Amino acid sequence: MSLKGQAYIVGAYEHPTRHAVDKSLGQLHAEVAAGALADAGLSWQDVDGYFCAGDVPGWDAQGAGPLSMVEYLGLRLRHLDTTESWGSAYLNHVAHAVQAIAAGKCRVALITQAGRPRAEKVSPEASHRQQAQTAAEAQFEAPYGPVVTNVYGMCAMRHMHQHGTTAEQLAWIKVAASHHAQHNPHAMLRKVVSVQDVLDSPIVATPLHRLDCCVISDGGGALVVVHPEIARSLTRPLVTPIGTGFAVKHLNGGYFDILASGAVQTGREAFAQAGVSPSDIQYASLYDSFTITVLVQLENLGFCAAGEGGRFVADGGLISGVGRLPVNTDGGGLCSNHPGNRGGMTKVIEAVRQLRGEAHPAVQVRNCRLALAHGTGGQLGARHGSATLILEREA
Amino acid sequence: MDTRIPPSPQVWPETAEYWAAANEGRLLLRRCCDTGRAYHYPRLHSPFTGSFNTEWFEASGTGTLYAFSVLPRAQPPYCIAYVELAEGPIMLTNILTDDFDSLRIGQPVRVQFVPSADGQRVPMFVPC
Repeated sequence: MSLKGQAYIVGAYEHPTRHAVDKSLGQLHAEVAAGALADAGLSWQDVDGYFCAGDVPGWDAQGAGPLSMVEYLGLRLRHLDTTESWGSAYLNHVAHAVQAIAAGKCRVALITQAGRPRAEKVSPEASHRQQAQTAAEAQFEAPYGPVVTNVYGMCAMRHMHQHGTTAEQLAWIKVAASHHAQHNPHAMLRKVVSVQDVLDSPIVATPLHRLDCCVISDGGGALVVVHPEIARSLTRPLVTPIGTGFAVKHLNGGYFDILASGAVQTGREAFAQAGVSPSDIQYASLYDSFTITVLVQLENLGFCAAGEGGRFVADGGLISGVGRLPVNTDGGGLCSNHPGNRGGMTKVIEAVRQLRGEAHPAVQVRNCRLALAHGTGGQLGARHGSATLILEREA
Repeated sequence: MDTRIPPSPQVWPETAEYWAAANEGRLLLRRCCDTGRAYHYPRLHSPFTGSFNTEWFEASGTGTLYAFSVLPRAQPPYCIAYVELAEGPIMLTNILTDDFDSLRIGQPVRVQFVPSADGQRVPMFVPC
């Protein structure tokens, strides 16, 4: 059954910073919370549900983390959800917020995300190592030096082997992102790049080039999801989740297809719940930690058949106004922002902008009523959380 | 030849036998006795059924290259890989070779044990 009308996203805010040397992690959370509430036309006192993941300060400390954030922000809650699945968490939080609101557990749900790896000069590799040390698989993986880039590199290598995908086709995903980013004043990389620019950038992990990788940035974002009665009392356009899906894809004792991410399951579930098909989607926010991430998600979500991704993205296939499916019109993680190495929040925010008609005019999809946002949190070539959201703007 | 010294694994009690065998040059796998399927990484319960009716057995140490990626700017450069073992499961490992450019997905590889920082040997693979 469609979720339509059970709850509405009425607040969305992306922090403009990409380098937060003079701000604490807690402050970033507070600033995005304030931004999203102001966008919604709601106040701090209205919030009775809070959703956060492992990026809050003090996450690793017993009794701190989320509880500490609730106190720091000054919230008075009836509902708290701290489901952690890295970059996909915030899409999952939207789904959980809809459920909590429908169940009467809260009426105004605030979701925040923030990070400052650039200010802290922490590489994604170091952050990954820190996380993985005590995990069950660590002793069977750490000796071999998986450092994020080479795990995604294996996905790209396998895609090329299995489907004949080329480095040029992958490069088109970056080219599309850069075409969009030139219109985003906050984007880290605003220069339009060519396929050749991507191929000329140094190899980071074969077959991926530096320009196949996302930016490392500080910042964050927040969302406000509310009960229908509250949404109708506000002035914001009515954006409602109509389909959601969540899955954990893992290595299954050593039996897996590296090119079948959790999106195979979450796309199927979200489209079935929404009662729409991929060809109905007018705009898609797809997680773009690397170019290969986008390619695999396009196939897994059903925008094209397995192995067709390379042809789908080539020749501007993802450029708004040019291609068949506008993707990541803010410039995405590849060019604009990947705050805290967690890109799911900004994926929802740009989808909301498109549905409201508030994207940059140069990239705005005309009369955008149906959008999809998808997050892959963790690592595509290993264990990861996948979350899909299908959003509709009500007339 | 790759001279990278791998960091040592933090051995758990339930995996001590795997690492002890590696020091003797033997690759162990765990088998789910209910389904007959071998799995990796090893744990005492079956990831397929949850049953503890599982056992160690010695793998052939052969397989094929499922996927790989080389970090050319690491010091020294190294190749991470998934190897599909002859017994079925795919395991994360490194490929040792002088010639990364010659590696091809699908090619046969065999196990070789390499000392890590504290001397514990870890299974890696070389082209056949």
